[in-house]
Amino acid sequence: MVMNLDWEFIAESLPLYGDAMWLTLKLAFWAILFSLVLGLIFSVILYYKVKGISFIIQAYIELSRNTPLLVQLFFLYYGLPKVGLRMSEVTCAIVGLTFLGGSYMTEAFRGGMEAVSRTQVESGLSIGLSRTQLARYVILPQAFAISIPSLGANVIFLLKETSIVGAIALMDLMNVAKDLIGMHYKTAESLLLLVAAYLILVLPLSVVLSWLERKVRYAEFGD
Amino acid sequence: MINTGELLLEVEGLQKSFGERLVLSGIDLQVVKGEVTVILGPSGCGKSTLLRCLNGLEPVQGGRISYHGQDLAGPQVNWREVRQRIGMVFQNYELFSHMTVLDNILLGPLKVQKREPKEARQQAEQLLGRVGLLDRKDAYPRQLSGGQKQRIAIVRALCMNPEIMLFDEVTASLDPEMVREVLDVILGLAEQGMTMIIVTHEMGFAKSVGDRIVFMDQGSICEIAEPQQFFTQPATERAQHFLDIFQY
Repeated sequence: MVMNLDWEFIAESLPLYGDAMWLTLKLAFWAILFSLVLGLIFSVILYYKVKGISFIIQAYIELSRNTPLLVQLFFLYYGLPKVGLRMSEVTCAIVGLTFLGGSYMTEAFRGGMEAVSRTQVESGLSIGLSRTQLARYVILPQAFAISIPSLGANVIFLLKETSIVGAIALMDLMNVAKDLIGMHYKTAESLLLLVAAYLILVLPLSVVLSWLERKVRYAEFGD
Repeated sequence: MINTGELLLEVEGLQKSFGERLVLSGIDLQVVKGEVTVILGPSGCGKSTLLRCLNGLEPVQGGRISYHGQDLAGPQVNWREVRQRIGMVFQNYELFSHMTVLDNILLGPLKVQKREPKEARQQAEQLLGRVGLLDRKDAYPRQLSGGQKQRIAIVRALCMNPEIMLFDEVTASLDPEMVREVLDVILGLAEQGMTMIIVTHEMGFAKSVGDRIVFMDQGSICEIAEPQQFFTQPATERAQHFLDIFQY
């Protein structure tokens, strides 16, 4: 089986995969970063049940979690230009992934915040902390440690979700593989490279995340 | 019991209910500066709830809590400000697990009171020294015993320079051999004239630290008496019954 692979083809295709990996990484990086920021802000607003805004965020979460990313991307890329809002493919992909990831990150952070015990909150109140100070100095640091496993899962989820941006004409890993299969009929080689490329991206990230999880857990809870 | 000091806290007809259930039905209590009030009573009598009302952790449904001309039972209470003057220590210490001992103590003075870091730190270290834990100032709560955590929780409240301290069953979660070290700290505070309201199940401690005993049952105060009086000749049958349980 291995003997039958066209190694020359694989070697020639490597630069294409390299470029695509770089693109995938770039999209994932920005989408993850923005999702985390969005999630942090939204979760605090939801935690404190800020009137009006909480409702809008709830609606956003439902919309984001109950529509496929593919549909969201089509809407951004093909729908919005009809009303005069045109974005580049890369921007569309980052916005789309952030739209999806933001809600997942919000729920992850919020789960962590709600897991911080009521008595910790009261003890913070009893020394006169304001709600913002309470969030910043007591709830969020502890919530973050609790949320790390689900935040980590979301990070990997978003990285893998980049695989559909080919639908809006971006040459990501998936699209490169599809292209090569279509042009050269080298299915086995192309798919092998595809799997390898994703593993190279995701595996180290997984390892780093579980290391981080242990570290933070220890710093926070000592076990 | 004649206490002629300055009246700090005056509770009148305080009512608190959880849904349909009335847990405090008309509490009247006066706290004079420098006085140690010990609240005793069976589980569920509302004594902890009363303390929590005084710190704004439970909204109340009726009555008045007068503190420096302000009604703490009313709307629009600036609890952030009041809580800096009425310190509270909880049953389960509730130190912030992600902060060192010193950071736990300094959070309030620095972030809430915006005090000079050097001066606040000095006070924190001095207080830690007083409870014998200065050498643990950089430790994390998980590295400490229950008794140590509770002493630090007391220091955390004290470092805000409160006028009144509330203690809510602060030894109830401790192993027996650690109860003493915490009670000694509170006893020391009493000697310095700190105004305190203490909810406890430690009868011997109540007797020695209290200026007076407030006995509560089923959401109301049954009896207020000096410790000597209360422990030898309680005026009410319910108090007698309660004390009998503690006589083996």
